[in-house]
Amino acid sequence: MSRVRVLVGTKKGAFILSSDGRRIRWKVEGPLFGGWEIYHLKGSPADPMRLYASQSTGWFGQLVQRSNDGGKTWEPAGNAFSYDGVAGTHQWYDGTAHPWEFKRVWHLEPSLSDPDEVYAGVEDAALFRSKDGGRTWGELSGLRQHGTGPRWQPGAGGMCLHTILLDPVNVGRMFIAISAAGAFRSDDNGGTWKPINRGLRSEHIPDPTADVGHCVHHIALHPSRPNVLFMQKHWDVMRSDDAGDSWTEVSGNLPSDFGFPIEIHAHEPDTVYVVPIKSDSEHFPPDGKLRVYRSRTGGNEWEALTRGLPQRNCYVNVLRDAMAVDSLDACGVYFGTTGGQIYASADSGDTWKPIVRDLPSVMSVEVQTFL
Amino acid sequence: MIRVILPAHLKNLAAVSGEVAVEVLGAATQRSVLDAVESAYPMLCGTMRDRATKRRRPFVRFFACGLDVSLEPDVKPLPEAIAEGREPFMVIGAIAGG
Repeated sequence: MSRVRVLVGTKKGAFILSSDGRRIRWKVEGPLFGGWEIYHLKGSPADPMRLYASQSTGWFGQLVQRSNDGGKTWEPAGNAFSYDGVAGTHQWYDGTAHPWEFKRVWHLEPSLSDPDEVYAGVEDAALFRSKDGGRTWGELSGLRQHGTGPRWQPGAGGMCLHTILLDPVNVGRMFIAISAAGAFRSDDNGGTWKPINRGLRSEHIPDPTADVGHCVHHIALHPSRPNVLFMQKHWDVMRSDDAGDSWTEVSGNLPSDFGFPIEIHAHEPDTVYVVPIKSDSEHFPPDGKLRVYRSRTGGNEWEALTRGLPQRNCYVNVLRDAMAVDSLDACGVYFGTTGGQIYASADSGDTWKPIVRDLPSVMSVEVQTFL
Repeated sequence: MIRVILPAHLKNLAAVSGEVAVEVLGAATQRSVLDAVESAYPMLCGTMRDRATKRRRPFVRFFACGLDVSLEPDVKPLPEAIAEGREPFMVIGAIAGG
């Protein structure tokens, strides 16, 4: 029988939520790593029992945990993240040069084909790869050293590499996104990189159309059509039809085009989900109404999904890695809030129910589907 | 043997429940004790001090015989009672962050 497993990272530990394919009754397990910030945990597509988790605190720093049994038991993997060569400088908030300093791992992206290969997006922004199940890490320094690095700058949450997309069709192609530098693409397994930010416009930077400096919040692709990318930028929802070479705005009728996550339906490449947030200084939904917006036209035309979601007095946020979809026939959509709720829809977003309401502030949500 | 008390989170990480005991060759100093702890429990590398520079993490403190020795040079010999195992060397997560 089909089933789903939802992997939740929070400010105070990780939780694993599981259900059969009906997605009505849920088992909630956790907290794992209680008291630690779990920025992200994700399963390997090649071996769904292999999970990786990013565990950190301000006291004791960064660890990476690995499970070989679907999260029942864990073991610390390697946590030596050393920048390759001279670390160099990036821009600080005041425009001065600031040395690159490792702070934490924001995102772990397991390889599509090898359970022992996993990528880590870190703050200060860089991309690392492990080929031995997380024991050792090496920087893919072509990204940080390709030339624009000194012009990158931190967003409000730090200068983080938060999104890693592995192209399942075009061998060797991957995309990453950095706040606040923008999106980048490699066509040679991460050896060399180029900025892919043409068409983005960010009024808060000196040159609004610069090749780097944009605060990209998240990007998404559908595995059947990886040349089409969707982006939630700081402000603006964007679409690219040429693997990021150019972007056009598809914010359309959204009540606000500020937000963090963006996801794509498992079976409909033109069905896209965002969660509009009022503004960059007010990180809560417009009008106190928690609404997911869905476009079935690849952007521009959006409908509010509200059934089952609080429509008054709601002032939570949904962070960039806190939304995911399953791949059951009736696509499930999931998101977590800074108020500790995990909402699930088993009907592509038409209706929603909370799986659990009172977790610590949710930082990430990932879904594993077992068919 | 030198006795070391770890904070709860690091005990969990190292999968130990009480004090740990480590053998130190030569003088017992912050550096030699922490080297021995990290050697016995490699999952703790990087959690108490920077892996490369060996500098103490900002919110970690070290106590010996009731005294905060965090700011002492890490090669300074620790009190005799620590070296002889009569008192534990304590690693503490600083009270911070509200």
